[in-house]
Amino acid sequence: MSKPTPEILAHRSHPSPGATSAGSAAPAAVGGAGERVVDVKMTGSQALVASLEALGVDTIFGIPGGAILPAYDPLFDSKVRHILVRHEQGAGHAATGYAQATGRVGVCMATSGPGATNLVTPIADAYMDSVPIVAITGQVARPYIGTDAFQEADIQGITLPITKHNYLVQTGEEIPRILAEAFHLAATGRPGPVLVDIPKDVLVAETTFNWPPTLELPGYHPTLHPHGKQIREAARLITNAKRPVLYVGGGVLKAKASEELRTLAELTGVPVVTTLMARGAFPDSHEQHVGMPGMHGTVSAVYALQRADLIVALGARFDDRVTGKLSTFAPNATIVHADIDPAEIGKNRTADVPIVGDAKHVIQELITAVGHEHTAGRRGNITEWWTQLNELRERYPLGYEEPPDGTLSPQYVIKRLGEIVGPDAIYAAGVGQHQMWAAQFISYEKPGTWLNSGGAGTMGYAVPAAMGAKQGCPEAVVWAIDGDGCFQMTNQELATCALEGIPIKVAVINNGNLGMVRQWQTLFYEERYSNTDLGTHKHRIPDFVKLAEALGCIGLRCENAADVDATIETAMRINDQPVVIDFVVGKDAMVWPMVPAGTSNDEILFARGVRPIFDEDDV
Amino acid sequence: MTTHTLSVLVENKPGVLARVSGLFSRRGFNIDSLAVGETENPEVSRITIVVNADASPLEQVTKQLNKLVNVLKIVELDANASVQRELLLVKVRADRAVRSQVLETVQLFRARVVDVAAETLTIEATGTGEKLDALLRDLEPFGIKEMVQSGMVAIGRGSRAITAGPALRAAS
Repeated sequence: MSKPTPEILAHRSHPSPGATSAGSAAPAAVGGAGERVVDVKMTGSQALVASLEALGVDTIFGIPGGAILPAYDPLFDSKVRHILVRHEQGAGHAATGYAQATGRVGVCMATSGPGATNLVTPIADAYMDSVPIVAITGQVARPYIGTDAFQEADIQGITLPITKHNYLVQTGEEIPRILAEAFHLAATGRPGPVLVDIPKDVLVAETTFNWPPTLELPGYHPTLHPHGKQIREAARLITNAKRPVLYVGGGVLKAKASEELRTLAELTGVPVVTTLMARGAFPDSHEQHVGMPGMHGTVSAVYALQRADLIVALGARFDDRVTGKLSTFAPNATIVHADIDPAEIGKNRTADVPIVGDAKHVIQELITAVGHEHTAGRRGNITEWWTQLNELRERYPLGYEEPPDGTLSPQYVIKRLGEIVGPDAIYAAGVGQHQMWAAQFISYEKPGTWLNSGGAGTMGYAVPAAMGAKQGCPEAVVWAIDGDGCFQMTNQELATCALEGIPIKVAVINNGNLGMVRQWQTLFYEERYSNTDLGTHKHRIPDFVKLAEALGCIGLRCENAADVDATIETAMRINDQPVVIDFVVGKDAMVWPMVPAGTSNDEILFARGVRPIFDEDDV
Repeated sequence: MTTHTLSVLVENKPGVLARVSGLFSRRGFNIDSLAVGETENPEVSRITIVVNADASPLEQVTKQLNKLVNVLKIVELDANASVQRELLLVKVRADRAVRSQVLETVQLFRARVVDVAAETLTIEATGTGEKLDALLRDLEPFGIKEMVQSGMVAIGRGSRAITAGPALRAAS
């Protein structure tokens, strides 16, 4: 077991985020966040760092290179902590994890060309999941743009379809305004990634710095407050419905509206389902929580949506993984669809009552409007609905069977992890079976404790996202729950964690295969396992314990159920170093329930070959 | 599917046209015609887009367009309530034998001859797509050597004007 030496750790130039600026002349002159600065001469690079400081940035994840190099000089002296990652993809996902855990804008930085293109995956990921990040990239000097210069890539063009907005900076004077706009755009309205591409000569040239800048966004007016008439109509529907459901999506977390959601749910008594992106927005332990809907949702949650007469969608987008075959989704439901993005309303399912607004405001106003309905003596009776849902919860609870071959059950590992570690920790998952089990078998009680790549389904998300989350919330215990496939995509960031003092914990749910793909091969490709065996079991290549040690972490292995608790507890006792546990689990476990892709939610399978029996009278 | 004319007011900045046209292509829309130019306010450009689409996908693409930070305003112009024009330049074979017939056609369509050569005439015409199609049909027998057409531009009839003014003022 190796440990980074004190000498290595001493190389960290900024041991704590609170460290004060050593003070290179220009940025130091800017001082604290938001302080007024008039006509200070400095370079474009210094203006960039000064702007980031003034915007309150405390952490940047990145890697320097030729074109962005000038920016790294003033950064060396700045109070902003730069975390040197091992791959730009890690920087991007770390910024995302930071943003999802803290609710603040995450920042990543890369050089031009391949540095910038390596950010494309995390930017696309953040776009799909509406995560506020700002990516800053170096670009070749302006005279070289368009000449296929060394390390030139049109990153503005490349990221057009995957950013909320992006910029190619033309002059040093623009830097403060563009940075301020980028942060404003990323964080407000429907959040999302914004890229700022800065040519090297603009970074080097002298400019005049002024703060605060004036934003020039004449075409940007997100609607935050919903229309009163629509809210009253929604409240009327809620109190009249016989089979209502609150369909809660990630927008509720983005709007920090968990408290309001709970109030609304308890006021109305309506069942709540939380999507993959909304796990933690409503406590799993709450009796009104009927589970996660969708392809691998609980029978009760899928049924609740499918048989509802009223669906109140709050910051959710009727994604195909939730609706199944769209034409057969919730055939008898009236739809109230509230979202901050008008383009989501009616995109997949026509809304009967469209509400454009921030989830917090929408829910607050719904609470008031439902209150008025109650005062007027109008109150829904949904006792029968609850009887049906409770029966389903009882009959079809989340569960799993122990593998008949005696191997360690992955679901057991994840379930125990959640029980031992508890609801205060932050969990970041990769993509695949382990992600679904982590969404199912861990009880999420608080917002910001479940991070995953939902829309894009980006394998390799977990380790760097956990790193970002831990950096943003140093007091929290942060677990990455990863698959052996995912882990081999981005585990190099454990070196970053070890050296930068970011002690995350990683549970590798190692089934030796690309498990989710294998599951589909089992179910839909006659068990023809084409290219899904990674050899991690057969050959123990790589040996994750040795790999962890090589990356400066503590490596543990667990191969049977009896050792699970003790291994997790050992990992929980280590707080000064990253820990990796190689949980060697059986390869045949499958994620259930399942709505096979492209089929109706009515076809949900509770287990292989087992379809729940829905009472036909229910329809 | 029906033809729709969208007037899109955008900030006059580099790359905005790519954002707008890219959005149409990645959402699966084929643009029939596109014209762009400055407006009475030099900071604002106006893009006139003609698309063939059903109402519901068109609503979706309009909402997506509205999300582009540089887009200030989108108005759909009804063909009956707006003036819609295209520009056509066409080089027609017109030797001595047929020249007078070609000129007669030009007059009938209230088009203009803008360049004269020994064997050809270059004709400029503006009008609706239908009018220009009719002109081309009548010129075709003489022999069209080359032609170029602009995208459609359109403006609403009556005294009401589409401007980005309030939006720009609201921001400042």
